Amino acid sequence: MKVSQIAPLIDADTVVAGDGKKEVSSVYAGDFLSRVMGKAPADCIWLTVMANVNVAGVAVLAEIPAIVLCEGVKPDEMLVQKCLSENIALFTTQKSVYECCKLL
Amino acid sequence: MSESLKLSYTVDGGDFVSAGKASEGVKRTLKSIGIDPAVIRRIAIAMYEGEINMVIHASGGTAEIEILEDKITIVLQDKGPGIEDIEKAMQEGFTTATAAIRELGFGAGMGLPNMKRYSDELKVESTVGVGTTVYLSFNV
Ligand SMILES: Nc1ncnc2c1ncn2[C@@H]1O[C@H](COP(=O)(O)OP(=O)(O)O)[C@@H](O)[C@H]1O
Ligand SMILES: [Mg+2]
Repeated sequence: MKVSQIAPLIDADTVVAGDGKKEVSSVYAGDFLSRVMGKAPADCIWLTVMANVNVAGVAVLAEIPAIVLCEGVKPDEMLVQKCLSENIALFTTQKSVYECCKLL
Repeated sequence: MSESLKLSYTVDGGDFVSAGKASEGVKRTLKSIGIDPAVIRRIAIAMYEGEINMVIHASGGTAEIEILEDKITIVLQDKGPGIEDIEKAMQEGFTTATAAIRELGFGAGMGLPNMKRYSDELKVESTVGVGTTVYLSFNV
């Protein structure tokens, strides 16, 4: 699947489009940043309820091209800015982490 | 590459917004000189864990990176409180991070284990009341 195909599957709003052509190959769900860095594979879709700027920092370092904020969580403004400057996709959805896992 | 390339950064303590800047800078440099992306990812994550530890647990510190022909070394040095029991600190899940820090997503107690996992060599030297030096090495 490509990054541009994620949003419709989980009724998500696109906050930052990122690199729409980028291929994503798996999904990882988690909130503790060190767990994500230890376990999430590169090129995954990251489902989380964490919304601070460090989420984008982790995505940059761990080669994660798409972040989905679940359960209606809204991103901090600095998170949005960093996703824009680093070209990382950022989506928001009302759906739960579990629902997103099922749908993706 | 016949000579070594050296980079050095100052990491501010308690600054969660700019935390990670040094690791991101190193990542960009390694990419620009054509290091294997899989190795870059390991270096970037391990260094970020060390950088974050200096931000959370010490009052900041310094990061010195040396890029040699066959390996990359990173030395993270701080004058923080030091680590009482390094063996315990290395265990997955062990943390002294406060609730406020955990709310930011840090403090999972996985930093040192991640550094060990992603590096080819990890050495931690620490003296309580003096500071901590973390040495990471990666074969390239
Ligand atoms: N630079 C440091 N200075 C002082 N204590 C540290 C430092 N790095 C790690 N520690 C101690 O080791 C523990 C484990 O570190 P780590 O595995 O990175 O987990 P976390 O940072 O999530 O607590 C920390 O909670 C802290 O008590
Ligand atoms: Mg840590």
